[in-house]
Amino acid sequence: MGILQAILVSMPGAVAQGLIWGIMAIGVYITFKVLDFADLTVDGSICTGMAVCAMLIAAGWNVWLAMLAALLAGMLTGLVTGLFHTLLGIPAILSGILTQLILWSMNLVIMGKANQPVNAMRVPLLVTRLHLTESILILIAFNLVLIGVLYWFFGTEFGSALRATGCNKNMARAQGINTNLHTVFALMLSNGSVALSGALLAQYQGSADINNGRGAIVIGLAAVIIGEAIVSKISRNFIVRLLGVALGAVIYYIVYQIVIGLRIPTDLLKMLSAIVVAIFLAVPYWKKKFAKPLRKEAPQNAET
Amino acid sequence: MLKLENVRKVFHPGTVNEKVALDSVSVTLADGDFVTVIGGNGAGKSTMLNAVAGVFPIDGGSIAIDGQDITKLPEYKRAPLIGRVFQDPMMGTAADMWLEENMALALRRGKKRGLRWALTSKERKLFREKLAELGLGLEDRMTTKVGLLSGGQRQAVTLLMATLIEPKMLLLDEHTAALDPKTAAKVLELSDRFISQGHLTALMVTHNMRDAIAHGNRLIMMNEGRIILDVAGEEKKKLTVEALLEFFQQASGEAFANDRALLG
Repeated sequence: MGILQAILVSMPGAVAQGLIWGIMAIGVYITFKVLDFADLTVDGSICTGMAVCAMLIAAGWNVWLAMLAALLAGMLTGLVTGLFHTLLGIPAILSGILTQLILWSMNLVIMGKANQPVNAMRVPLLVTRLHLTESILILIAFNLVLIGVLYWFFGTEFGSALRATGCNKNMARAQGINTNLHTVFALMLSNGSVALSGALLAQYQGSADINNGRGAIVIGLAAVIIGEAIVSKISRNFIVRLLGVALGAVIYYIVYQIVIGLRIPTDLLKMLSAIVVAIFLAVPYWKKKFAKPLRKEAPQNAET
Repeated sequence: MLKLENVRKVFHPGTVNEKVALDSVSVTLADGDFVTVIGGNGAGKSTMLNAVAGVFPIDGGSIAIDGQDITKLPEYKRAPLIGRVFQDPMMGTAADMWLEENMALALRRGKKRGLRWALTSKERKLFREKLAELGLGLEDRMTTKVGLLSGGQRQAVTLLMATLIEPKMLLLDEHTAALDPKTAAKVLELSDRFISQGHLTALMVTHNMRDAIAHGNRLIMMNEGRIILDVAGEEKKKLTVEALLEFFQQASGEAFANDRALLG
């Protein structure tokens, strides 16, 4: 089988994985872009979602209930990070790292060992490698429903206050918004989505592994960045941006599969992802630093 | 309306940078008082406003608005009582959100924020009217991100937002200091208009002595965390910049170390 053919054959799998990570990336978008909070909890909470889902399926739970439990467990991890930050005053990044470390232990406790198989024979699963077409359709539906719910939510009074919290905490408090509450809630919403994607991932790959979440934040950020790059020229509409993030994750996994197909050592892939994310994060900073101002300080001197 | 009793605030206590920002400040504002606050750098003017707004807990004394003790209330819970405009035009609005979204946030100050829509078409109509009253053409830019507006426009919007739900207290913290003179005059004029139309009780910190004399019905001068001058009514109307400077020199034993006080 030629390289090209091998790559083409692997594409549906890449799309399915990308769609699963799209849900995760949307979770990252909520904290990183809307809340302006670099949340590292996700490396742990995605694995928590996998672990909870895998164990409950092994115990014979209905797959929907297992996924709901994973979602709630993920929200709990966001709550922990949120309380570290708002109640204990720990810096955002460190709060996430602490929770991540807690979750490493918790995930082992939940699974009882480092790896837990998810057996498709015992309970009917929602997504599997065996039924790729159905799985892809279901995953597309998951992405669309999540995006729809978030679009509605951020248009409500509560969601709007959350956006204000991410944008300008001083302003938010001056307008009577409890910024701590909204920060905690955004973290719960984000990590709930991340754990849900973990629950889907465990089903798809047929196992949950303690190492699965490592570097998840970088994949999430890469998807967010790719998504922004694609859709920012088309529309600034929130729904389009969320669609872009999901699409970004799919593109990430398509590229990933091509890299594998080209026999580039996959050991290097995490490093390459990290470098790509670093470059994309650096671009706006360097642009600002070196770009000549096109118009002279318009905001300050412009006519009232 | 507003009552500060022996309010004390110390920054960096127990360090070499220890600074008594407010040294048992007591002041009472009557309903409808429009008080201008002047003083040198580090006199405690902004600290006093921030203490009222609840930006930080105070180290002693009490603060009450309309008979309600708010000393222990967190900042966001005081917001229903207080409208604020900051020195930094960036601070009072959410730059990445639309103008109408910012206004909608302000319209819900002190109200429960649930899962109803953040903005209704009826409210849009109200905002359009209110923005038109500013005379800045902003009523046609309601879906512009506030971050794209000029500093003066943002201060005017912040002022409008601060008074959209009538506050018990309006706090203006050098809100024209970052603006060019022409824009500053326009924002001051709007401030005057809002305060007199709504019969608001207001505290306005300014570096500009002429503004401090020309606006409001009462003037407070602060130095080293204390109120050293408090004049109102006819007596205030007779004040001159020269008299204020002289008083300041006598009281503090130093020249008023700020050129901006003389300009404008």
